Amino acid sequence: MKHFTTILSHEIRMLLVSASTYIAAVLFLAVMGFIFSGVLENYSAAAQETSPAAVFFQLFWLPVFFMVPLLTMKCLAEERRLGTLETLLTAPVSSTEVVLGKYFAAYFLYMLLWVSTGGFFYILNHFAGDARFLDIGPLVGGYLFIAVSGLLYVAVGVFASSLTRNQAVAGIFAFVLVFALIIGLRFLGTVEVLNLESMKPLRAAIDYANAFNHLDDFTSGIVDTRQLLFYVSGSVLALIFSILGVEAKLIHS
Amino acid sequence: MSVESPAIEVRDLVKTYSGHTAVSKISFTVARGEILGFLGPNGAGKSTTMRILTGYLPATDGEVNVCGVPVASRSEEIKKLIGYMPENNPLPDDMRVAEYLSYRGRLKEIPRRKLSPRLDEVLELCDLTRVRHRIIGKLSKGFRQRVGIAEAILAEPPVIIMDEPTIGLDPHQILIVRDLIASLRGRMTVIISSHILPEIEMTCDRVLIINQGRVVATGTPADLRREVFGQARYNLEIAGDTTAALPSALTAIEPTLHILTTGEPDAAGFKKLTLGSTRDDDLGEVMLRALSSDSRFRIRSLARSQPSLEDVFLAATRRGWETVAAAATAPKSK
Repeated sequence: MKHFTTILSHEIRMLLVSASTYIAAVLFLAVMGFIFSGVLENYSAAAQETSPAAVFFQLFWLPVFFMVPLLTMKCLAEERRLGTLETLLTAPVSSTEVVLGKYFAAYFLYMLLWVSTGGFFYILNHFAGDARFLDIGPLVGGYLFIAVSGLLYVAVGVFASSLTRNQAVAGIFAFVLVFALIIGLRFLGTVEVLNLESMKPLRAAIDYANAFNHLDDFTSGIVDTRQLLFYVSGSVLALIFSILGVEAKLIHS
Repeated sequence: MSVESPAIEVRDLVKTYSGHTAVSKISFTVARGEILGFLGPNGAGKSTTMRILTGYLPATDGEVNVCGVPVASRSEEIKKLIGYMPENNPLPDDMRVAEYLSYRGRLKEIPRRKLSPRLDEVLELCDLTRVRHRIIGKLSKGFRQRVGIAEAILAEPPVIIMDEPTIGLDPHQILIVRDLIASLRGRMTVIISSHILPEIEMTCDRVLIINQGRVVATGTPADLRREVFGQARYNLEIAGDTTAALPSALTAIEPTLHILTTGEPDAAGFKKLTLGSTRDDDLGEVMLRALSSDSRFRIRSLARSQPSLEDVFLAATRRGWETVAAAATAPKSK
């Protein structure tokens, strides 16, 4: 693991000097700002039961769908296409270090973008002038959920990128996987068959993996270790598959 | 890692890609400090062999040792012993030259104190000091190629493997690269592959020609000429009756002397002929005296021809094809 920090600092450095990062950040903040002002407009129209933070985070999947593929599709696919993966892996570096370095760099950027949306809440607080409008509990819970679930989503994106040399394929594959994880599981939870008595264990498993249930728990202040375990073990699994993906491509190339 | 072990030892190396054999039973050794040239037509298995040497690709069968360390089981150590420049020299386009080299230096575990002086040294050696702050993507091909070479020699590994280091360079840049490789002689073991044959001939101590995944010839360029052709050749420009009178006149000079090819006569009636003889010593003087005193012929020039490595390459690879074809048609005796 000697080179993990070298690769990570290199990747983050390359992200921070690249113009596309800033363009992506601006566009991301524009979309998020649009959503946020939409949420606030609802509040100005009629009184709502939940805090704005809770509603804002209910829409977390929207940026996840486009940000995760965009952030991760490049990381391994591009290196493979350019052939720089060959120079990287013939240096005294293991594929585990490469995958982890790229993963944490992508995760760093993902979190950086999300944390920057904290500015919206700061502005709201500043202009509302009343601390009651800004319910700190759901806010912290929401960001915690984003941080924990992001581990898995970014890992899935890295996995998609490890399988191909084409960025577009990696991006679409990452989108499909993340879509299946978030919306697919939610949809499965509503399937009527699962209400049968014999389907009870399956139903429990699907409910356990449903991201929206997790979000509800986090924003209402419940940090369930089972959910943490779900995301952490899921990301570890996805990363192991990414490492295998990089190595299998070498063996069968 | 004993000092006596050869830099590279390859025994019966086999690599198959889903049924297609890229490398079949290649064996060779490279001594320390030697520069080995790898020659072969496209698809001969040069790049595959090089990739296996670096531990990037696993071999299907056979044994590869670098400085006495087996590649298959101890690939982590191998990576520290080898500086490798892959085919087409892939480089990140969005980094600056010095930045890239320093990143690679850190990956190659050069101690922090030594990194900066070594970086300056390598930049100077490869004539990159002027462009050290330029972005790699905006450099010309010659500079990119030198960045690749600088990267390979950066950590001063005992073995350097470069896949076509001179491809796409202009003659001036080739000269620089050639000097650079020559300057490594004795200090590092170098393996280079190339299509540019004079290039190989000038820089390499030994040449290995492979075709269809097999070694078809190996030795110094001089050895190869002798081995592949087995006879001395002469180029003759002559006018006169070359069909009937000349062969007998030649046999009178030396019994083994014969005509290999005959060209078309030019405006002045001179034809270009290639002669062959199994005699190793120079027959030029005897021939010149005998033929010019003969009134039937007029001679314009006579020279002993030195087959270029190109001829050797063509002959050796053709021979490679023939052996492969013969092996395929012959009944399997084993």
